[in-house]
Amino acid sequence: MASSVDGRQFVGDQAATIPGDAQWPVWEVFTQGAQGAPHEHAGSLHAVNAEQALQNARDVYARRGGVVSLWVIPTGAITASSPSDSGPLFDPGSDKPYRHPQFYNVPRGVRGV
Amino acid sequence: MSGPAAPPSVAPVPAVPTNALVEYLLRLGDDRLVLGHRVSEWCGHGPILEEDIALSNVSLDLLGQATMLLRLAGDAEGRGRNEDALAYFREVVEFRNCQLVELPKGDFAFTIARQFLFDVYAVVMLDALTGSIHGELAAIAAKSLKEAKYHVRHSGEWMLRLGDGTDESHRRVQKAIDDLWRFTGELFAPDDVDRAMQAAGIGPDLAALRPTWESLVRDVVSRATLTIPNDLPRVASTRGGRTGSHTEYLGHMLAEMQIIARSHPGATW
Amino acid sequence: MTQTRTVPADDPTKSAAFEARIAAGESIEPKDWMPEKYRRQLVRMMSQHAHSEIVGMLPEANWITRAPSLRRKISLIAKVQDEAGHGLYIYCGTETLGVDRSELIQQLLDGTAKYSSIFNYPTLSWADMGVIGWFVDGAAIVNQTVLAKASYGPYARAMIRVCKEENFHKRQGYEIVATLANGTPAQRAMVQDAVNRWWWPSLMMFGPSDTDSPNTAELIRWKVKRKTNDELRQRFVNLTVPQATAVNLTLPDPDMTYNAESENWEFGAIDWEEFHQVIRGNGPCNRERLDARRLAHDEGAWVRAAAAAYAARQRTASEAA
Repeated sequence: MASSVDGRQFVGDQAATIPGDAQWPVWEVFTQGAQGAPHEHAGSLHAVNAEQALQNARDVYARRGGVVSLWVIPTGAITASSPSDSGPLFDPGSDKPYRHPQFYNVPRGVRGV
Repeated sequence: MSGPAAPPSVAPVPAVPTNALVEYLLRLGDDRLVLGHRVSEWCGHGPILEEDIALSNVSLDLLGQATMLLRLAGDAEGRGRNEDALAYFREVVEFRNCQLVELPKGDFAFTIARQFLFDVYAVVMLDALTGSIHGELAAIAAKSLKEAKYHVRHSGEWMLRLGDGTDESHRRVQKAIDDLWRFTGELFAPDDVDRAMQAAGIGPDLAALRPTWESLVRDVVSRATLTIPNDLPRVASTRGGRTGSHTEYLGHMLAEMQIIARSHPGATW
Repeated sequence: MTQTRTVPADDPTKSAAFEARIAAGESIEPKDWMPEKYRRQLVRMMSQHAHSEIVGMLPEANWITRAPSLRRKISLIAKVQDEAGHGLYIYCGTETLGVDRSELIQQLLDGTAKYSSIFNYPTLSWADMGVIGWFVDGAAIVNQTVLAKASYGPYARAMIRVCKEENFHKRQGYEIVATLANGTPAQRAMVQDAVNRWWWPSLMMFGPSDTDSPNTAELIRWKVKRKTNDELRQRFVNLTVPQATAVNLTLPDPDMTYNAESENWEFGAIDWEEFHQVIRGNGPCNRERLDARRLAHDEGAWVRAAAAAYAARQRTASEAA
């Protein structure tokens, strides 16, 4: 079964049920360390909307510099694979040597192939 | 803080008296020192962790700016006072910050409203100062402007959230604006120092910045469903912080801030 | 707020597979099956750790407004701010176990959750800022370096970030200590006094002795903890003694002797009665610390509610548009 990334999928709903002191929804933060590098998961935080999530991500995860771009995503919006699926999902990928260049022979002395 | 000692910054136009330049730099530096201190009072006591961290960042930016500006003021003065001597060994009446920044931090609405009014002022002022013929000041302004632009985004968003949040937040932030508005007149009331700096190409025409400031402020205030009071600016009837006339609050703040440094004269920390 | 959770009876096959994964040094991730006890131990340990970071802001924030130079003021704010960040990272890590931060914070404010006893001692002089950085952060680094290898992935990852950031904390503390130790007679006296007051509480930070630590064996087996309290305490003492000597400060322990055979600095008896009293809430500042947290939380309630209400209104408006 596809589900959210972990045990936090109900956080957003609970916000509406705690009178007077709503817990702000959780967001996942991804930071890019240099132009051209991939965005990597840095951690999470609480914020009421995307703008605040971005600002909080800047203050919480980019305050030491070394970040050129930020992504923020509501935790509940992430669909994660389930550990019980890991066999069917991932094992078949690891025995397909023909996807890798080392599988193929090239005559000795030929360059640039 | 000992960086490489900057060469004494001589006023680039001989007609400018050194003390006017020093005064001018103290005004810029003291605003940031005093407000940075006030904001740091939130550290550990913010309304939510994320905001605690955000406010500390604002405070750190302001104190970093203050350090650079006070160092420059000390150099311009040429009497061997560094940024710490200026911060820790001046009396209340020697401080040159505007009164707006020295008021106690109040509740979160007061802190945000004051920060917003100052942040917009800082952005228009620093933007103008990037064109200063005083190279070091222009460089500090350019660096600080980036920080100030973020500050105004942070405080501006909070103005919207509080103004258009709950009845309670609306009431609190409206009261803050009402209480603070009379302290804003001082920000744009030029005196001889400002005019000398303008004439020398070091500082902007202060009065001319006000319309830009006010339209930016009014835009956010109205989007936040708040109103600006019809108060007369307080500075019309009193001298202001720029010439050392402060509220009673500053003395208490400095008593706390300066206590250790003054208890151990000559010590290094 | 209470939430009834169905406690899954630990399936023996799953338990065995879990134990095997742990034994093989694998990392456990949030969606992986885990014994309920493992989950609970993690929630307990991680939330205590997060609470300690948050309460730990208070004794140092107490001196921000009095820091004696701009450089010191800025460093101290940055350090206390990092503690907020570290609390945040660890709370977020704990939330991956299906418990809300607001619930954890409520436990802290209720007085039902524990936090490190060290933060219930008062900060009485500027020198405390140096000695806390040196001892308390030094002890925390010894602890956290090991926790960065904890079996639970989110905890280990939070710890790696924390350790990276904390590198400057101990150094800024020791720099203050060294400056004071080489300063005026008054400054020297100030820093020796701070060392005297913080040494024993710092040793207590590692928790009860192994003979008296009910959770240790299980936590070690599950590789949540990798070293016992006593092992970590000894490592800290061995690191700290030469650092004290280097700046001519005396650690307040007449029994401290070097054992050439074990290469350990053997220290005198810890007053465990004091430790238990502080844990039970009878330390010098327990009430003040919790009151300060409650005040900030209560005064922040309308702010949090305002932001949530604003965002809800925005969403409604954009859905209507």
